[in-house]
Amino acid sequence: MTYGRALAALADDTRRQVFEQLARGPRSVSAIAKELPVTRPAVSQHLKVLKEAGLVLDQAEGTRRIYQIDPAGLGPLRAWLDQFWGVALDAFAAEVERTRDEEQGQ
Amino acid sequence: MTAFIQPAAVRRSVTVRVSRERAFSVFTEGFDRWWPRSHTISDSPLKKAVIEPRVGGRWFGLSEDGRESEWGDVLVFEPPARLVLAWRIGGQWTYDPNLLTEVEVTFTDLGQGQTRVDLEHRGLERLGAAGEAARVAIAGPEGWGGLLEAFRAAAEG
Repeated sequence: MTYGRALAALADDTRRQVFEQLARGPRSVSAIAKELPVTRPAVSQHLKVLKEAGLVLDQAEGTRRIYQIDPAGLGPLRAWLDQFWGVALDAFAAEVERTRDEEQGQ
Repeated sequence: MTAFIQPAAVRRSVTVRVSRERAFSVFTEGFDRWWPRSHTISDSPLKKAVIEPRVGGRWFGLSEDGRESEWGDVLVFEPPARLVLAWRIGGQWTYDPNLLTEVEVTFTDLGQGQTRVDLEHRGLERLGAAGEAARVAIAGPEGWGGLLEAFRAAAEG
């Protein structure tokens, strides 16, 4: 059962950023490392965890390995919905706070 | 192996420092004021987001090109306690009236002017061609991939 593992894999902030990089399209390790304040070996380690959780796939392209999100199964979709609703609820709470301050300020 | 895998529902919660009535009102009547602008299935920018406040009402986005993109309908509308929305967005991120997944939002009074808002998105197994949906959503050039950081920045900004 990979959903639990998928979510655990995404619980790490840096790993989620690696995953979000791949959400924009297939990338090599060095391309990902360039966008994040972490070393290439660290990115490789995160990719290994994501791969074991069934979230990403890799394939050789010349001398490089190219990583991409694994389109199979519900794991990525569920993980994505989880973040989707998290972001929406954060925005809701921010609006509640904003209008609460307005009311108090009157 | 042919075992049917039923995915767990997605659950998120947030606690706000207002009454249940106020929280429910901001969530529904104030929907347009907080719904992230990039949370849309249209390729035109989202102009307005609406939850019609009654059972059978629709929830939808109105894009700047004037088109409405329907997301589903209101299944339960019980202020200030509970709201259930049908999420009928299927495989290709298009509206599908025959698809039913449910988003239930409950508002619980925690006392001292605080309310916990629990959201559950269930029935995800019905998303069927979910692999394709995930591919389009996450990896597609016009998909929703990459928007998460923008959402976070907006929410925290």
